[in-house]
Amino acid sequence: MHDMSAHAVQHHAPPTTFIRKHVFSLDHKVIGKQYYALALLAALIGMALSWLMRIHLGWTNAAIPGLQLLSKNGAPGGVMTPEYYLQLMTMHGTIMVFFVLTTAPFAAFGNYFLPIQVGAEDMPFPHFNMMSFWVTFVGFLVLIAAFFVSDGPSLGGWTQYAPLSAVGAVGGPGEGMGVVLWAASIAIFCVGQLLGALNFIPTTLDLRVKGMSMMRLPLSAWAWFITSCMGLTAFAVLMPACILLILDHVAGTSFFVASNLVINDQLQPHSGGSTLLWQHLFWFFGHPEVYIAIVPGMGIVSHVLVANMRKPMLSHRVLIYSMGALAVLSYMVYGHHMFVSGMNPFSSLAFSFPTLAITIPSTIIVLIWIGSLYGSKLRINSASLFSLGFVSMFVAGGVSGFFLAQPSIDIMLHATYFVVGHFHLVMGVAAMFGIFAGTYFWFPKMTGRMMNETLGKVHFVLSFIGAYAIFMPFHYLGMAGNVRRYSAFVADYLQPLIPLHQFITVAALITGAAQLIFVYNLIHSRFWGAPASDNPWECTSLEWSTPTTPPPHNNFGDHLPVVYHDPYQYGVKSSTGDYVMQASAEQVATVNEEK
Amino acid sequence: MATTVHEPPQIDPRRLPETKHSGNGGWRNLVPADGDLRVVQHYSPPASSTGIWVVLFAITMMFAAFTSALVVRKGASLDWRHFTLPSILYFNTLLLLVSSVTLEVSRRRVAAFMGGLRSQSESPARWLYITLSLGLLFVAGQYIAWRQLSAEGLFLATNPSSSFFYVLTAAHALHILGGLGGIVFVIRKLSQSVLRRSTLDATARYWHFMDVLWVYLLLLLWMKL
Repeated sequence: MHDMSAHAVQHHAPPTTFIRKHVFSLDHKVIGKQYYALALLAALIGMALSWLMRIHLGWTNAAIPGLQLLSKNGAPGGVMTPEYYLQLMTMHGTIMVFFVLTTAPFAAFGNYFLPIQVGAEDMPFPHFNMMSFWVTFVGFLVLIAAFFVSDGPSLGGWTQYAPLSAVGAVGGPGEGMGVVLWAASIAIFCVGQLLGALNFIPTTLDLRVKGMSMMRLPLSAWAWFITSCMGLTAFAVLMPACILLILDHVAGTSFFVASNLVINDQLQPHSGGSTLLWQHLFWFFGHPEVYIAIVPGMGIVSHVLVANMRKPMLSHRVLIYSMGALAVLSYMVYGHHMFVSGMNPFSSLAFSFPTLAITIPSTIIVLIWIGSLYGSKLRINSASLFSLGFVSMFVAGGVSGFFLAQPSIDIMLHATYFVVGHFHLVMGVAAMFGIFAGTYFWFPKMTGRMMNETLGKVHFVLSFIGAYAIFMPFHYLGMAGNVRRYSAFVADYLQPLIPLHQFITVAALITGAAQLIFVYNLIHSRFWGAPASDNPWECTSLEWSTPTTPPPHNNFGDHLPVVYHDPYQYGVKSSTGDYVMQASAEQVATVNEEK
Repeated sequence: MATTVHEPPQIDPRRLPETKHSGNGGWRNLVPADGDLRVVQHYSPPASSTGIWVVLFAITMMFAAFTSALVVRKGASLDWRHFTLPSILYFNTLLLLVSSVTLEVSRRRVAAFMGGLRSQSESPARWLYITLSLGLLFVAGQYIAWRQLSAEGLFLATNPSSSFFYVLTAAHALHILGGLGGIVFVIRKLSQSVLRRSTLDATARYWHFMDVLWVYLLLLLWMKL
């Protein structure tokens, strides 16, 4: 039955050595798990950094025991300096945005499940795929290495605005080697993601099995495909920007540093650079990046919800088109990050309209979710709970976007905690909830064992309440005028807000600790969880049709499947129950058929 | 939401095309000839032909970013110093254009060789070696151009115009080296008789693109520097 012409390209023999099996593996499933492990490690580091920052914001002069071991100059006696606070903040943002939110929902789950969902044996270029992970890993090491250079990591924030990021060590701690390492790390990361896109796009277009039309791809596969197209465009622009930034540091060029800049009574040897140039290059990447982080989550959550609702989405197509519209519009809105940068006010207006327009596809997606959920008998499990949580966070965080999209209101709210609350809910927590939903849902397929449902539900309740307890007050802080990126508020008009900061810190510590339940559940279930069947959630898509669980090296054994049905034929009458699998040749009466 | 209930789709396995290369539908067979997506053709182009377009798109975006940086940086500054491009660049351009022709010749020779039209004694790799040499000469020529500029006192950090000259030409030269790696890979595969047509086609597309990119960069530098 299966077609050699399309699939001979990707076939490769199972590995025999330990190195080829587990380290430099060409198998997309192993690479996906490697990405997941990297994201988990990065998330734990990023979370620990946020704890340190929160403790400092709540109890500014209190010593954090042991912190002086991490940096003698940055935290003498365990009390962090303002510079060190900013350095931790920069590392928190960079690690979370790049090495967690980009790698886990897109690279980890996408690598593992995209080829299986389209019915392929592997990605078309396994060597590039392997390089993609290891290049990303090297990028991570380079970033972490910044903790161990003399003046510590960069303090410019994950956006690295020039000229702060470009003047070099003369500016103070965290502006020399730390920035070079940051920029090198991100440039390396870009290479890794471009290699990923090089595999994801041909996998989706060329490696689909017989019968798998584009409209029959599951929503998660569509989300990964759309995300890889976005990543291809965005990371290819960030990389040159990082190269120019590095040259300003090491080669004495003047791309981003203006003339006549005096720092510490020294006239800088730069001339005529454009500080706005960095912002344009960065945000042309930066805004699509937030969709790169969230769209895979949308796909995963849709995939999980539809399986637990036991009926198809209100419209499969409109959901796909809306995700595509998000991807296209994401390139036209980046200027809304620069309303107060000093660019032409007419530009602000021009960027404001598409920014308001992008809420339309977002709203359509949410309405499809809610409309489909309405009246469905949702199966409650950890995966579906986290999917509901995703919808909730996305809506709660998205609503504040309406305010920020308007230049006149943004002038007031810009650079306050309102913005921090907005993006943490809409892309941070929401994307994390997408990762959790995907983990609870696919863990049985990836490991052959079930995760503990009770622990999963406890994890959900604590995370859900905790996330709101942390980030909702951020909006209030912002409206009260609490500027972001300040390390302390003990001596100014923000002093009355310190008790609220202390509340947020306690909430962050508890919510963070709740994530350890997840880590325990993950590790314990991996080795001692109850054995999983091939299709424990009674799903329809191809990843549940593999002959074994976890899938064999070539995913489908001797015969590739043939696809006969839409991805989500739930609520039908078939011999298996209320669903018919994509690869099942059984003919059933259905409500709708995609062509 | 149940409004209409469709009859079970009558999927006759005999309707599923069994022959290879049956792709006669719309773009990349996304739309089959009869418009029925349930019967999607199972032939798809080799993944490398999609892959190379992905690569070329990424490179285009990268140089678009460099270009916009150049335009913005030039527009924002009062310190831009114009200089004359080293004349060897025009000779290098000629080398690169000729190398595209020789690569195209070799592509045809290899196709004929694979089709058994030529005698086995004639190596189709000869034209690939010529292309490889021309590519190496191009890189050497670029190096000479850099040496000439530095002899004039124009270094990477001297002026934004020279900065952009070095950055753009070096980024392009690195991509040329990648293309040369591709040609070496093709020669090796050819000598082992395991070369796929799609590999050579992808390499050729990349190489021609490098050609076009260089002409674009030369025009950009000529106009802006």
